[in-house]
Amino acid sequence: MLTYLVRRLALAAVTTAAVVSLTFALVHLAPGAPFLAGAEGRFVPPETVERQRRSFGLDQPLGTQFVRYVANLARGDLGESFSRRRPVADVLGDALPNTLLLGGAALVLSLVFGIGLGIAQATRAGTWADTTLGALSLALYSVPSFWLGLMLMLVFGEWLRWLPLTGMNAAVGAPATWAGRTFDVLRHLVLPALTLALVNGAAIARFHRAAMLEALGTDFIRAARGRGLGEGRVVLRHALRSALAPAITLAGLSVPALLTGSVLVESVFGWPGMGRVAYEAIFARDYNVITAVAVVAGVLVALGNLLADVGVAWADPRVRRR
Amino acid sequence: MSGPDATPGGPLLEIADLRVTFATGDGVARAVDGVDLVVEAGETVGLVGESGCGKSVTALAVLRLVEHPGHIAHGSRVRFEGRDLLALADRDIRAVRGNHLALIFQEPATALNPVLTIGSQIAEVIRTHQHGSRAEAKRRALEMLRAVGIPDAERRADGYAHQLSGGMRQRVLIAIALACRPHLVIADEPTTALDVTIQAEILELLDGLQRQMGMAVLLITHNLGLVAERTRRVYVMYAGQIVEEAGTEALFAAPLHPYTQGLMAAVPRLDQLRERLAAIPGQVPPATAWPGGCRFHPRCPFAFDRCNAEMPPLLPSGDGRKARCWLVEDEAYRGTGVPAHRDQQGEGGGAP
Amino acid sequence: MSRLRGLWARFRARRIAVAGLVVVVLLALAALGAPLLAPADPLAQPDPVALQNQPPSPEHPLGTDRFSRDVMSRLLYGARVSLGIGAAAALLAAVIGAGVGVAAGLGSPLVDQLLMRGVDVALALPRVFLLLLVLALWEGAPAGVVIVLLAVTGWFPTSRVVRALVQRLREAEFVQAARALGAGRWGLVRRHLLPHLAPAVIVAATLDVGNIILLESGLSYLGLGIRPPAPSWGNMILDGKDQLFSTPWVAAAPGLALLVTVVAFNLVGDGLQDALDPRSEK
Repeated sequence: MLTYLVRRLALAAVTTAAVVSLTFALVHLAPGAPFLAGAEGRFVPPETVERQRRSFGLDQPLGTQFVRYVANLARGDLGESFSRRRPVADVLGDALPNTLLLGGAALVLSLVFGIGLGIAQATRAGTWADTTLGALSLALYSVPSFWLGLMLMLVFGEWLRWLPLTGMNAAVGAPATWAGRTFDVLRHLVLPALTLALVNGAAIARFHRAAMLEALGTDFIRAARGRGLGEGRVVLRHALRSALAPAITLAGLSVPALLTGSVLVESVFGWPGMGRVAYEAIFARDYNVITAVAVVAGVLVALGNLLADVGVAWADPRVRRR
Repeated sequence: MSGPDATPGGPLLEIADLRVTFATGDGVARAVDGVDLVVEAGETVGLVGESGCGKSVTALAVLRLVEHPGHIAHGSRVRFEGRDLLALADRDIRAVRGNHLALIFQEPATALNPVLTIGSQIAEVIRTHQHGSRAEAKRRALEMLRAVGIPDAERRADGYAHQLSGGMRQRVLIAIALACRPHLVIADEPTTALDVTIQAEILELLDGLQRQMGMAVLLITHNLGLVAERTRRVYVMYAGQIVEEAGTEALFAAPLHPYTQGLMAAVPRLDQLRERLAAIPGQVPPATAWPGGCRFHPRCPFAFDRCNAEMPPLLPSGDGRKARCWLVEDEAYRGTGVPAHRDQQGEGGGAP
Repeated sequence: MSRLRGLWARFRARRIAVAGLVVVVLLALAALGAPLLAPADPLAQPDPVALQNQPPSPEHPLGTDRFSRDVMSRLLYGARVSLGIGAAAALLAAVIGAGVGVAAGLGSPLVDQLLMRGVDVALALPRVFLLLLVLALWEGAPAGVVIVLLAVTGWFPTSRVVRALVQRLREAEFVQAARALGAGRWGLVRRHLLPHLAPAVIVAATLDVGNIILLESGLSYLGLGIRPPAPSWGNMILDGKDQLFSTPWVAAAPGLALLVTVVAFNLVGDGLQDALDPRSEK
């Protein structure tokens, strides 16, 4: 078990390093300069450009820049954002918690939805209900997440006016109490989290249905029934526990999907998270921000995989002995 | 047929005309086709047959564990302690399963849930049927583990199935089955998946526990040796039907049905010198296409015209024995083991 | 060849998969026949003031967008983009993945380990993020570049599957026999391995098409990928989102088209996968 975890940690470290290096290379090697992109028709004198380049160290050879960057990273210095004139750490510090909130809520919801749907289908396998639910899950799995978000916004935000449309808090008339503000954020969280959760959950449901069916056909399930255990107990305690491993693996694999999905969904709903930051930074050629986001993304993905591995080991004791 | 300790008010278990069919791609498989079987309280009864004869399905049917595409036919009756199990509501049959009537499955490797601890699986059965506290159930679970001879019970109880050997797992299955002190235990091939040396241990264990708890045992196996030593009465099953019933001693002394004779002849014995193992010629036919007339007749050394034409019922041969064979009506056969219509030839059945 | 025929026969037995295939074929026909079927030129803006945001009508079956372009025509031409890019990228990814898989499966343990560790790391990289990065930095990247990028970031699962298959086949008797008869590496691959790999690769590629179509539409929605005025279902949704509440059909139609297309490809892919799996004999 320990060697397994160590191996996964090593993989995580290598992956993060790969992401950082790749991002750095792509960003610095790409055509286009960092300052002209934000200019939008304003004339920027070449001396200013040159001065900015030097002050950000961009006139150094690439190798030196990379080494300096990694050294800074090790010290916790993420540099300064060109486009916002603020330390990158501040920019990310504002945006990361919002993304974590959205991603976390989406992950939990997608697990509940996916596992629930998988169980519902497996216990009704072969019936009309199974086919209908299967069609629903296929549709959700095949829909573009940003479009689903738009449609949900249309239905629940505009037509029914149940939920707010965009943003993370009410722009006007923000509630005074902490409870009020929390509730406000939660109201804004519903649609984006639901969008991500439905699409992801459908993917989980597809796998989980198969896993539950397999579990329900095993000898030990028949033996459990043979001991007089009620059907609910058999399904939820015996079958579900033994079928959890693939669902947890999928959940872990969902982390990158949720991260990248968040770019689209944050854009649709105007959620002030890292996806938005990354998007804007890419267009502004804000190198430091882009690389920092890549690092964070790499770390989150690695963490997600690690958590999934730990989760699988919890769910399936047979894995632990490896 | 009632044994020497017939319970007043009827036998413990009485199976009458049990029929189980399976819908398969090749047609309807009549896996169990009219089985009558009785077990009295406290006795050990054997059910013997090759694989494919329907004995495991019979066991499943008793507890109504036959699942789609299997189907227990109307008209089948399984009376346990006076109640027809096949007619009970779901809640009531669940109250019987694992509680008054327990089934020990064949494959210890797959009959235990791999992701739950051993102890919790035993405790769960206790709590389901006897509604004790969790602590009480855990205590009883440990007791059971010790009773089935598992060393270091405390540690094992928190462990998992994959950490145990095959023999240990079988002991755990026995522990689970016996946890609620059932009145009848159906043991389906309890030792087939185990090493020979372990087999003896498991059977000793089962014997001892049976004596302790005074329960009845229906021992299902293809292994004649097991049946010879440990049962009072035996049913022999072939092609979904009972083909012979007798007291164990009587059966082994002089088997009536040619199939039983064939089974015994096929077992190598140290006190008889033979050059080749005598196997029953041919194979068990598929359950979707049982032969007409007597189902054994294509493989029977003594078959004659009537065998092909008419299926024999279980015919009594005096002193409580029955066999599903027309030869039973042949006095010469009953006396000497050689049918009247045959020449003096070939190896007869049981007389050593 | 007979393997493929067997696959097809088992596939045909699943009606829902066949329905998916029918839809895919119809979509392909619609895309190919766009010049004939479209009521108008997808780029034409006949009257940017008077004709913008029109509801569906006989001349414009799906109305017009905010630039007074006919939505139906843009939908049909957009189908070319989605299906074309989807198919091309999936095919390319399948070829690359199969190639690497064969190399790893047949190669020495060192080569195998190197390649597969590389794949492990690559699988952990955030695909969309990298795509975003490259496409944003490379302004006005042509469709070909998009296809290559999608393929290059998506071949990893196929390589794993192929490698596992090749390793199993390596031990098979007919391969040993061919080797004993002096077959060289390439001959071995072409004549003996490929027929066995073909079904698995086809399944992987088909299941990938749906993903790629969704990815491309997402990229176009963000303003990368296919840029306006050329129609792509993704950038049509982008165009329509500002008027989402007043003229919902402009954004709804391309989304529905995407949904139907991806569902159809997934049904076909699922059907192929079931047909491939020997355990699912009915």
